Amino acid sequence: MFDIQTQLYEGQDIRFGPIDHEKDSEIESKWTHDSEFMRMMETAPARPMSAAMIRKQYEKLEKQVEESKNLYHFMIRAKTDDRLIGTASVQRIEWANGNGFLHLGIGGAEDRRKGYGTQALQMLLRFAFAELNLFRVSAIVPEYNETAMALLKKFGFIQEVCRRKALERDGRRWDLCVFGLLNDEWRDQAQV
Amino acid sequence: MKDLFRGELVRFTLEEPEVRAKAEVRWQRDTEFNRLADSDPSQLSSEKKIKEWFEKQSEDGFNPERYSFSVRTLAEDRYIGFLGLWVNLIHSEAWVGLGIGEREFWSKGYGSDMMKLCQQYVFAELGLQRLSLGLHEYNPRALRSYEKCGFRLEGRTRKDIMREGSRTDTLWMGILRDEWLQMQQGENQ
Repeated sequence: MFDIQTQLYEGQDIRFGPIDHEKDSEIESKWTHDSEFMRMMETAPARPMSAAMIRKQYEKLEKQVEESKNLYHFMIRAKTDDRLIGTASVQRIEWANGNGFLHLGIGGAEDRRKGYGTQALQMLLRFAFAELNLFRVSAIVPEYNETAMALLKKFGFIQEVCRRKALERDGRRWDLCVFGLLNDEWRDQAQV
Repeated sequence: MKDLFRGELVRFTLEEPEVRAKAEVRWQRDTEFNRLADSDPSQLSSEKKIKEWFEKQSEDGFNPERYSFSVRTLAEDRYIGFLGLWVNLIHSEAWVGLGIGEREFWSKGYGSDMMKLCQQYVFAELGLQRLSLGLHEYNPRALRSYEKCGFRLEGRTRKDIMREGSRTDTLWMGILRDEWLQMQQGENQ
Protein backbone atom coordinates (compact mmCIF):
# COMPACT_ATOMS: atom_id res chain seq x y z
CA MET A 1 0.00 0.00 0.00
CA PHE A 2 0.99 3.60 -0.41
CA ASP A 3 1.69 5.61 2.65
CA ILE A 4 2.87 9.08 3.49
CA GLN A 5 6.44 7.87 3.78
CA THR A 6 6.53 6.87 0.12
CA GLN A 7 9.17 9.10 -1.47
CA LEU A 8 7.57 10.53 -4.59
CA TYR A 9 10.80 11.72 -6.16
CA GLU A 10 12.93 8.61 -5.57
CA GLY A 11 12.83 5.67 -7.96
CA GLN A 12 14.97 2.57 -8.21
CA ASP A 13 17.69 3.98 -10.47
CA ILE A 14 16.41 7.49 -11.06
CA ARG A 15 15.15 10.51 -9.19
CA PHE A 16 13.09 13.59 -10.04
CA GLY A 17 14.75 16.92 -9.37
CA PRO A 18 14.46 20.61 -10.20
CA ILE A 19 16.17 22.35 -13.11
CA ASP A 20 19.88 23.12 -12.93
CA HIS A 21 19.89 26.08 -15.31
CA GLU A 22 23.58 25.98 -16.17
CA LYS A 23 24.31 22.27 -16.47
CA ASP A 24 20.97 20.97 -17.78
CA SER A 25 20.76 23.54 -20.57
CA GLU A 26 24.02 22.24 -22.07
CA ILE A 27 22.63 18.69 -22.13
CA GLU A 28 19.15 19.57 -23.36
CA SER A 29 20.77 21.61 -26.12
CA LYS A 30 22.49 18.41 -27.30
CA TRP A 31 19.16 16.56 -27.30
CA THR A 32 17.62 19.17 -29.60
CA HIS A 33 20.30 18.30 -32.17
CA ASP A 34 18.85 14.76 -32.31
CA SER A 35 15.97 15.25 -34.76
CA GLU A 36 14.64 11.72 -34.35
CA PHE A 37 14.27 12.24 -30.59
CA MET A 38 12.63 15.65 -31.06
CA ARG A 39 10.13 14.24 -33.55
CA MET A 40 9.15 11.55 -31.07
CA MET A 41 8.72 14.13 -28.32
CA GLU A 42 7.09 17.13 -30.00
CA THR A 43 4.69 17.98 -32.78
CA ALA A 44 6.37 21.40 -33.13
CA PRO A 45 9.11 21.42 -35.79
CA ALA A 46 12.44 19.99 -34.63
CA ARG A 47 15.26 22.54 -34.62
CA PRO A 48 18.69 22.66 -33.02
CA MET A 49 18.75 25.00 -30.03
CA SER A 50 21.65 26.56 -28.17
CA ALA A 51 22.06 26.23 -24.42
CA ALA A 52 21.22 29.94 -24.15
CA MET A 53 17.87 29.33 -25.85
CA ILE A 54 17.17 26.40 -23.54
CA ARG A 55 17.93 28.60 -20.52
CA LYS A 56 15.36 31.14 -21.80
CA GLN A 57 12.86 28.28 -22.07
CA TYR A 58 13.59 27.26 -18.48
CA GLU A 59 12.83 30.80 -17.33
CA LYS A 60 9.55 30.77 -19.26
CA LEU A 61 8.72 27.36 -17.85
CA GLU A 62 9.36 28.38 -14.25
CA LYS A 63 7.32 31.54 -14.76
CA GLN A 64 4.46 29.42 -16.09
CA VAL A 65 4.72 27.01 -13.15
CA GLU A 66 4.54 29.95 -10.78
CA GLU A 67 1.71 31.84 -12.47
CA SER A 68 -0.57 29.27 -14.08
CA LYS A 69 -0.47 26.58 -11.36
CA ASN A 70 -1.43 23.98 -13.95
CA LEU A 71 2.03 22.56 -14.69
CA TYR A 72 4.45 20.35 -12.75
CA HIS A 73 7.85 19.76 -14.33
CA PHE A 74 10.70 17.44 -13.29
CA MET A 75 14.19 16.70 -14.44
CA ILE A 76 14.92 12.96 -14.44
CA ARG A 77 18.38 12.17 -13.04
CA ALA A 78 20.41 8.99 -12.63
CA LYS A 79 20.86 8.17 -8.96
CA THR A 80 24.44 6.97 -9.48
CA ASP A 81 25.95 10.21 -10.78
CA ASP A 82 23.04 12.69 -10.83
CA ARG A 83 23.41 13.17 -14.59
CA LEU A 84 20.37 14.42 -16.50
CA ILE A 85 18.68 11.65 -18.48
CA GLY A 86 15.24 13.04 -19.26
CA THR A 87 12.28 15.23 -18.40
CA ALA A 88 8.81 14.46 -17.07
CA SER A 89 5.81 16.70 -16.58
CA VAL A 90 2.10 16.92 -15.91
CA GLN A 91 0.70 19.69 -18.09
CA ARG A 92 -2.51 21.54 -18.88
CA ILE A 93 -4.15 20.50 -15.62
CA GLU A 94 -7.82 21.45 -15.30
CA TRP A 95 -8.34 21.48 -11.55
CA ALA A 96 -12.12 21.71 -11.68
CA ASN A 97 -12.23 18.56 -13.82
CA GLY A 98 -9.27 16.72 -12.32
CA ASN A 99 -7.54 16.00 -15.62
CA GLY A 100 -4.13 16.65 -17.17
CA PHE A 101 -1.60 15.57 -19.80
CA LEU A 102 1.63 13.63 -19.22
CA HIS A 103 4.84 14.35 -21.12
CA LEU A 104 7.93 12.18 -20.71
CA GLY A 105 11.21 11.70 -22.54
CA ILE A 106 14.60 10.04 -22.07
CA GLY A 107 16.97 12.32 -23.96
CA GLY A 108 20.35 10.62 -24.13
CA ALA A 109 20.63 7.81 -26.66
CA GLU A 110 22.86 5.85 -24.27
CA ASP A 111 20.18 6.03 -21.56
CA ARG A 112 17.39 4.51 -23.66
CA ARG A 113 16.23 0.90 -23.44
CA LYS A 114 17.37 0.64 -19.83
CA GLY A 115 13.99 0.80 -18.15
CA TYR A 116 14.37 4.44 -17.11
CA GLY A 117 11.23 5.42 -19.02
CA THR A 118 9.24 2.75 -17.19
CA GLN A 119 10.51 3.92 -13.82
CA ALA A 120 9.87 7.56 -14.69
CA LEU A 121 6.32 6.88 -15.85
CA GLN A 122 5.63 4.87 -12.70
CA MET A 123 6.78 7.84 -10.60
CA LEU A 124 4.93 10.38 -12.73
CA LEU A 125 1.68 8.41 -12.41
CA ARG A 126 2.10 8.13 -8.68
CA PHE A 127 2.60 11.90 -8.55
CA ALA A 128 -0.39 12.65 -10.79
CA PHE A 129 -2.80 10.27 -9.04
CA ALA A 130 -1.60 10.15 -5.42
CA GLU A 131 -0.26 13.69 -4.99
CA LEU A 132 -2.21 15.87 -7.44
CA ASN A 133 -5.24 13.57 -6.97
CA LEU A 134 -6.18 13.84 -10.63
CA PHE A 135 -9.12 11.74 -11.79
CA ARG A 136 -7.55 10.94 -15.15
CA VAL A 137 -4.49 11.65 -17.30
CA SER A 138 -3.96 11.70 -21.07
CA ALA A 139 -0.91 11.28 -23.29
CA ILE A 140 -0.62 12.27 -26.95
CA VAL A 141 1.50 10.03 -29.20
CA PRO A 142 2.17 10.18 -32.95
CA GLU A 143 1.38 6.83 -34.59
CA TYR A 144 5.06 6.26 -35.45
CA ASN A 145 6.19 6.34 -31.79
CA GLU A 146 5.75 2.65 -31.05
CA THR A 147 8.03 2.70 -27.99
CA ALA A 148 5.80 5.23 -26.26
CA MET A 149 2.64 3.31 -27.12
CA ALA A 150 4.07 0.06 -25.73
CA LEU A 151 5.09 1.82 -22.54
CA LEU A 152 1.67 3.41 -22.03
CA LYS A 153 -0.13 0.11 -22.68
CA LYS A 154 2.09 -1.58 -20.12
CA PHE A 155 0.67 0.79 -17.51
CA GLY A 156 -2.92 0.13 -18.56
CA PHE A 157 -3.48 3.20 -20.73
CA ILE A 158 -6.23 2.75 -23.29
CA GLN A 159 -6.14 4.39 -26.70
CA GLU A 160 -9.21 6.58 -26.58
CA VAL A 161 -8.89 8.79 -29.63
CA CYS A 162 -7.29 8.51 -33.06
CA ARG A 163 -7.03 11.96 -34.61
CA ARG A 164 -6.72 10.84 -38.24
CA LYS A 165 -3.92 12.38 -40.30
CA ALA A 166 -3.41 15.26 -37.90
CA LEU A 167 0.37 15.42 -38.32
CA GLU A 168 2.46 16.27 -41.39
CA ARG A 169 5.95 14.79 -41.54
CA ASP A 170 8.25 13.32 -44.20
CA GLY A 171 5.79 14.32 -46.89
CA ARG A 172 2.88 12.34 -45.54
CA ARG A 173 0.14 12.56 -42.94
CA TRP A 174 0.19 10.62 -39.67
CA ASP A 175 -2.44 9.91 -37.02
CA LEU A 176 -2.15 11.39 -33.56
CA CYS A 177 -3.24 8.96 -30.85
CA VAL A 178 -4.57 10.04 -27.48
CA PHE A 179 -4.20 7.57 -24.60
CA GLY A 180 -6.00 7.81 -21.27
CA LEU A 181 -5.75 6.26 -17.82
CA LEU A 182 -8.16 6.76 -14.91
CA ASN A 183 -7.13 7.01 -11.29
CA ASP A 184 -9.04 3.86 -10.22
CA GLU A 185 -7.63 1.86 -13.15
CA TRP A 186 -4.15 2.86 -12.03
CA ARG A 187 -4.86 2.09 -8.38
CA ASP A 188 -6.16 -1.38 -9.28
CA GLN A 189 -2.90 -2.43 -10.86
CA ALA A 190 -0.27 -0.15 -9.35
CA GLN A 191 2.52 -1.94 -7.52
CA VAL A 192 4.57 -0.11 -4.95
CA MET B 1 -16.84 31.49 -56.93
CA LYS B 2 -18.97 30.94 -53.88
CA ASP B 3 -19.57 33.69 -51.33
CA LEU B 4 -17.37 32.64 -48.42
CA PHE B 5 -19.33 34.61 -45.86
CA ARG B 6 -22.94 33.86 -46.77
CA GLY B 7 -24.72 30.57 -46.08
CA GLU B 8 -28.37 29.62 -46.36
CA LEU B 9 -29.41 30.97 -42.96
CA VAL B 10 -26.50 33.02 -41.66
CA ARG B 11 -23.62 35.21 -42.70
CA PHE B 12 -20.18 35.79 -41.18
CA THR B 13 -19.28 39.33 -40.11
CA LEU B 14 -16.99 40.82 -37.53
CA GLU B 15 -18.90 43.09 -35.18
CA GLU B 16 -17.28 46.05 -33.42
CA PRO B 17 -15.73 45.35 -29.99
CA GLU B 18 -18.54 47.35 -28.25
CA VAL B 19 -21.25 45.34 -29.98
CA ARG B 20 -19.53 42.01 -29.30
CA ALA B 21 -18.97 42.88 -25.64
CA LYS B 22 -22.63 43.90 -25.17
CA ALA B 23 -23.81 40.58 -26.59
CA GLU B 24 -21.24 38.44 -24.72
CA VAL B 25 -22.07 40.03 -21.38
CA ARG B 26 -25.67 38.89 -21.92
CA TRP B 27 -24.80 35.41 -23.30
CA GLN B 28 -22.37 34.56 -20.47
CA ARG B 29 -25.26 34.69 -17.95
CA ASP B 30 -26.69 31.55 -19.57
CA THR B 31 -24.75 28.82 -17.76
CA GLU B 32 -26.25 26.07 -19.91
CA PHE B 33 -24.74 27.86 -22.90
CA ASN B 34 -21.36 28.09 -21.12
CA ARG B 35 -21.40 24.44 -20.14
CA LEU B 36 -22.18 23.34 -23.68
CA ALA B 37 -19.45 25.53 -25.13
CA ASP B 38 -16.60 25.00 -22.67
CA SER B 39 -15.11 22.71 -20.02
CA ASP B 40 -13.67 25.48 -17.85
CA PRO B 41 -15.82 26.61 -14.94
CA SER B 42 -18.34 29.26 -15.90
CA GLN B 43 -17.27 32.79 -15.06
CA LEU B 44 -18.75 36.29 -15.30
CA SER B 45 -16.66 39.10 -16.78
CA SER B 46 -17.43 42.80 -16.99
CA GLU B 47 -18.44 44.42 -20.25
CA LYS B 48 -15.33 46.61 -19.97
CA LYS B 49 -13.02 43.61 -19.63
CA ILE B 50 -14.64 41.72 -22.52
CA LYS B 51 -14.42 44.80 -24.73
CA GLU B 52 -10.72 45.11 -23.90
CA TRP B 53 -10.13 41.48 -24.99
CA PHE B 54 -11.80 42.14 -28.33
CA GLU B 55 -9.94 45.44 -28.73
CA LYS B 56 -6.65 43.71 -28.06
CA GLN B 57 -7.56 41.10 -30.67
CA SER B 58 -8.09 43.79 -33.30
CA GLU B 59 -4.97 45.71 -32.25
CA ASP B 60 -2.87 42.57 -32.64
CA GLY B 61 -3.76 42.75 -36.32
CA PHE B 62 -3.63 39.89 -38.78
CA ASN B 63 -2.62 36.59 -37.23
CA PRO B 64 -2.55 33.78 -39.82
CA GLU B 65 -3.32 31.23 -37.11
CA ARG B 66 -6.37 32.88 -35.54
CA TYR B 67 -9.72 33.74 -37.18
CA SER B 68 -12.88 35.13 -35.57
CA PHE B 69 -16.30 35.58 -37.04
CA SER B 70 -19.52 37.06 -35.72
CA VAL B 71 -22.70 35.42 -36.98
CA ARG B 72 -25.85 37.21 -38.18
CA THR B 73 -29.06 35.68 -39.47
CA LEU B 74 -29.92 36.44 -43.09
CA ALA B 75 -33.66 36.76 -42.46
CA GLU B 76 -33.74 39.14 -39.46
CA ASP B 77 -30.13 40.38 -39.52
CA ARG B 78 -29.92 39.34 -35.83
CA TYR B 79 -26.47 38.94 -34.27
CA ILE B 80 -26.81 35.46 -32.72
CA GLY B 81 -23.36 33.97 -32.14
CA PHE B 82 -19.73 33.51 -33.02
CA LEU B 83 -17.29 31.09 -34.61
CA GLY B 84 -13.53 30.99 -34.04
CA LEU B 85 -10.68 29.09 -35.70
CA TRP B 86 -7.32 28.18 -34.18
CA VAL B 87 -4.98 27.12 -36.98
CA ASN B 88 -1.76 25.09 -36.90
CA LEU B 89 -0.07 25.95 -40.19
CA ILE B 90 2.82 23.49 -39.69
CA HIS B 91 0.47 20.51 -39.62
CA SER B 92 -2.24 22.11 -41.77
CA GLU B 93 -4.99 21.69 -39.20
CA ALA B 94 -7.66 23.98 -37.76
CA TRP B 95 -9.72 23.68 -34.57
CA VAL B 96 -13.15 25.26 -34.50
CA GLY B 97 -15.21 26.56 -31.61
CA LEU B 98 -18.65 28.07 -32.06
CA GLY B 99 -21.65 29.17 -30.07
CA ILE B 100 -25.15 30.50 -30.55
CA GLY B 101 -25.83 32.83 -27.63
CA GLU B 102 -29.43 33.60 -28.60
CA ARG B 103 -31.34 30.55 -27.41
CA GLU B 104 -34.34 30.97 -29.70
CA PHE B 105 -31.99 30.09 -32.58
CA TRP B 106 -30.98 26.72 -31.12
CA SER B 107 -32.03 23.49 -32.88
CA LYS B 108 -33.07 25.18 -36.10
CA GLY B 109 -30.14 24.46 -38.39
CA TYR B 110 -28.22 27.69 -37.75
CA GLY B 111 -25.29 25.83 -36.18
CA SER B 112 -25.01 23.45 -39.13
CA ASP B 113 -25.12 26.37 -41.54
CA MET B 114 -22.32 28.09 -39.56
CA MET B 115 -20.29 24.87 -39.70
CA LYS B 116 -20.72 24.51 -43.45
CA LEU B 117 -19.42 28.05 -43.95
CA CYS B 118 -16.56 27.26 -41.60
CA GLN B 119 -15.61 24.11 -43.54
CA GLN B 120 -15.69 26.04 -46.80
CA TYR B 121 -13.42 28.68 -45.27
CA VAL B 122 -10.97 26.14 -43.85
CA PHE B 123 -10.67 24.00 -46.97
CA ALA B 124 -11.38 26.40 -49.83
CA GLU B 125 -9.79 29.60 -48.49
CA LEU B 126 -7.16 28.55 -45.94
CA GLY B 127 -6.35 25.39 -47.91
CA LEU B 128 -5.88 23.22 -44.83
CA GLN B 129 -5.86 19.41 -44.64
CA ARG B 130 -7.94 18.86 -41.52
CA LEU B 131 -10.62 20.44 -39.33
CA SER B 132 -11.07 19.27 -35.73
CA LEU B 133 -13.40 19.88 -32.82
CA GLY B 134 -14.33 18.62 -29.38
CA LEU B 135 -17.70 18.49 -27.64
CA HIS B 136 -19.32 17.18 -24.48
CA GLU B 137 -21.25 13.91 -24.56
CA TYR B 138 -24.22 15.71 -22.97
CA ASN B 139 -24.53 17.82 -26.12
CA PRO B 140 -26.25 15.38 -28.54
CA ARG B 141 -27.67 18.29 -30.55
CA ALA B 142 -24.15 19.37 -31.49
CA LEU B 143 -23.11 15.78 -32.24
CA ARG B 144 -25.97 15.34 -34.70
CA SER B 145 -25.21 18.64 -36.36
CA TYR B 146 -21.51 17.83 -36.81
CA GLU B 147 -22.28 14.33 -38.13
CA LYS B 148 -24.62 15.92 -40.64
CA CYS B 149 -21.76 18.17 -41.72
CA GLY B 150 -19.53 15.15 -42.42
CA PHE B 151 -17.41 15.03 -39.26
CA ARG B 152 -16.37 11.59 -38.05
CA LEU B 153 -16.24 10.65 -34.39
CA GLU B 154 -12.59 9.79 -33.72
CA GLY B 155 -12.85 8.81 -30.08
CA ARG B 156 -13.75 9.97 -26.62
CA THR B 157 -11.68 10.81 -23.56
CA ARG B 158 -13.46 8.83 -20.87
CA LYS B 159 -14.89 10.63 -17.84
CA ASP B 160 -12.96 13.71 -18.85
CA ILE B 161 -14.88 16.37 -17.00
CA MET B 162 -17.04 16.75 -13.92
CA ARG B 163 -20.51 18.23 -14.30
CA GLU B 164 -23.07 18.36 -11.50
CA GLY B 165 -21.31 15.54 -9.65
CA SER B 166 -20.99 13.17 -12.63
CA ARG B 167 -18.03 12.45 -14.84
CA THR B 168 -18.75 12.86 -18.55
CA ASP B 169 -16.82 12.03 -21.71
CA THR B 170 -15.39 14.52 -24.17
CA LEU B 171 -15.96 13.55 -27.80
CA TRP B 172 -13.45 14.35 -30.55
CA MET B 173 -14.32 14.71 -34.22
CA GLY B 174 -12.49 15.48 -37.43
CA ILE B 175 -13.02 15.93 -41.13
CA LEU B 176 -10.28 15.66 -43.77
CA ARG B 177 -9.94 17.80 -46.83
CA ASP B 178 -10.62 14.86 -49.19
CA GLU B 179 -13.78 13.94 -47.31
CA TRP B 180 -15.06 17.49 -47.58
CA LEU B 181 -14.22 17.70 -51.30
CA GLN B 182 -16.06 14.46 -51.91
CA MET B 183 -19.12 15.81 -50.09
CA GLN B 184 -19.03 18.95 -52.24
CA GLN B 185 -18.98 16.86 -55.42
CA GLY B 186 -21.95 14.87 -54.13
CA GLU B 187 -23.91 18.07 -53.55
CA ASN B 188 -23.10 19.56 -56.93
CA GLN B 189 -24.26 16.50 -58.90
